[in-house]
Amino acid sequence: MKILVLLKQTFDTEEKIVLSNGKVSEEGVKFVINPYDEYAVEEAVAIKERQGGEVTVVTVGPSRAEAALRTALAVGVDKAIIVDDESVFGDEFRIAKVLAAVAKRDQYDLILGGYMAVDDGAAQVGPRLAEELEIPHISTITKLEIESGKIRVEKDVEGDTEIIEAALPVLLTAQQGLNEPRYPSLPGIMKAKKKPIEHLAASDLGLNMEEIPSKSEIVDQYLPPTKTAGKVLEGELPHQVSELVEMLRNEAKVV
Amino acid sequence: MSKNVLVVAERRDGKLRNVSFEVLAAAQKIADGGKVMAVLFGQGDKTEADQLAHYGADQVYVVDNEKLNEYSTDAFMQAITEVIDTAKPDAILLGHTAMGRDLAPRVAARLDLGLISDCTDVEVIGDDVIFVRPIYAGKAFQKKKITNGIIFASIRPNNISKCEPDESRTADVINVDATITDIRTVIKEVVRKTAGTIDLTEAKIIVSGGRGVKSADGFKPINELAQLLGAAIGASRAACDAGYCDYAMQVGQTGKVVTPDLYIACGISGAVQHLAGMSNSKIIVAINKDPEAPIFKVADYGIVGDLFEVVPMLIEEFRKVPV
Repeated sequence: MKILVLLKQTFDTEEKIVLSNGKVSEEGVKFVINPYDEYAVEEAVAIKERQGGEVTVVTVGPSRAEAALRTALAVGVDKAIIVDDESVFGDEFRIAKVLAAVAKRDQYDLILGGYMAVDDGAAQVGPRLAEELEIPHISTITKLEIESGKIRVEKDVEGDTEIIEAALPVLLTAQQGLNEPRYPSLPGIMKAKKKPIEHLAASDLGLNMEEIPSKSEIVDQYLPPTKTAGKVLEGELPHQVSELVEMLRNEAKVV
Repeated sequence: MSKNVLVVAERRDGKLRNVSFEVLAAAQKIADGGKVMAVLFGQGDKTEADQLAHYGADQVYVVDNEKLNEYSTDAFMQAITEVIDTAKPDAILLGHTAMGRDLAPRVAARLDLGLISDCTDVEVIGDDVIFVRPIYAGKAFQKKKITNGIIFASIRPNNISKCEPDESRTADVINVDATITDIRTVIKEVVRKTAGTIDLTEAKIIVSGGRGVKSADGFKPINELAQLLGAAIGASRAACDAGYCDYAMQVGQTGKVVTPDLYIACGISGAVQHLAGMSNSKIIVAINKDPEAPIFKVADYGIVGDLFEVVPMLIEEFRKVPV
């Protein structure tokens, strides 16, 4: 079984956002593997441990993302690819084309990724890539079983669960609850240092990026108005509670 | 400049979803005098086309095919590409729901289109259509536009107000046949866990529990308050990680991002990752034992106290004058 995992390095979810010159500042920010991609990495490694195979992880992003690839290698991924050629960066339309070019260099039985990245939150690249590769996709899965070339998944649909079957090759995107990602072990970290990370540019992938310009552009980025702390109620608890209900009804008018 | 806009309508439990009416309102804004078209998939009630008309559709395309009664990526892909071929829209809009998130990027890739997903507002400036969308789960916002090809966007539920329905409006109904072959993912079974509950992303009121609920049983008063208010139930990551509740309930940067009219946070300290998921709610109430808890910094109203004491009192107080 050959598995490709799509990964994005993102800000730690505890980070606050600071803008400088209209761009999100990366100064002093702690980066992590996008939490949803962590589930994808874990699932891929667990499948390999159960039934053998090879796991490759790929990212399109700046060279700082190499740290996230090392972490993936440390938990059991076999090899990593980074497309850190800035000329390929762009919107989801473009990124999916680049990933498709990477995926087509090999025959993968299964492609796994997070259903969205916690930074842009677009949730586009997985389904787009499946379409580029002309394979089916199933998004937001919370359980995966593989048997003789077929998969059976549980898909989260706004709280309900669909049980879906499909044949390989297929692309699946992970929802929270799929598994419990492991932490890298010390021997794992040591081994990861020797595992290969391949750097690719547009030319290595046979892509002429001028032929695939982005289809969308960011016009502006800004912070939401800061919420000022409201009123902490005072007095005896029963009094506070009736005051709260009164204000929700008559001041805020939300109930 | 006026544009013809196609809206993909969506059903849940056999009824048109509220978000479809909200998307129609966005479509009217973008159309700017052009045609608002809607498309309905599957065998549904004939009155649905009227309902879409009342909320702003001028034309309703109906693809009446039993293979479209339940959503599957492949079937809907084939149907929608035929409708796009026929309707030739300048813009396509749909809800950023489980269906929209699954379908839109796939259609965009098939037709080589850009897509702006999860939009909370739209502005029309001259010929430009600018979409507003949260990034980092609402810690920041971005404005984006499509620079090339058909405008394509998915709209987050609960953010754009639907129009007042105008029952005198009617729409032309156009039947479209779609050949649907080769559905590669087969739905074997659907386990309904949400029957009778309210979807978090579309809820007007949410009552949420955090680490302070202490156990799965600790959600009882929260459930009771939610039921009384007709609210959805949410949770913080801490409560989900501790196994007190299902991950489907998690509100935060991982989990659901919500924007209800009223968010009642019970026993939630307010970690940055949770605040990202709910701080754009209109009114926030915080109930927490710790007066220093960061949740109070975003709350409109705060009560410092034990949720197991405060929530039952709240239930009683709301019961005095029913909601």
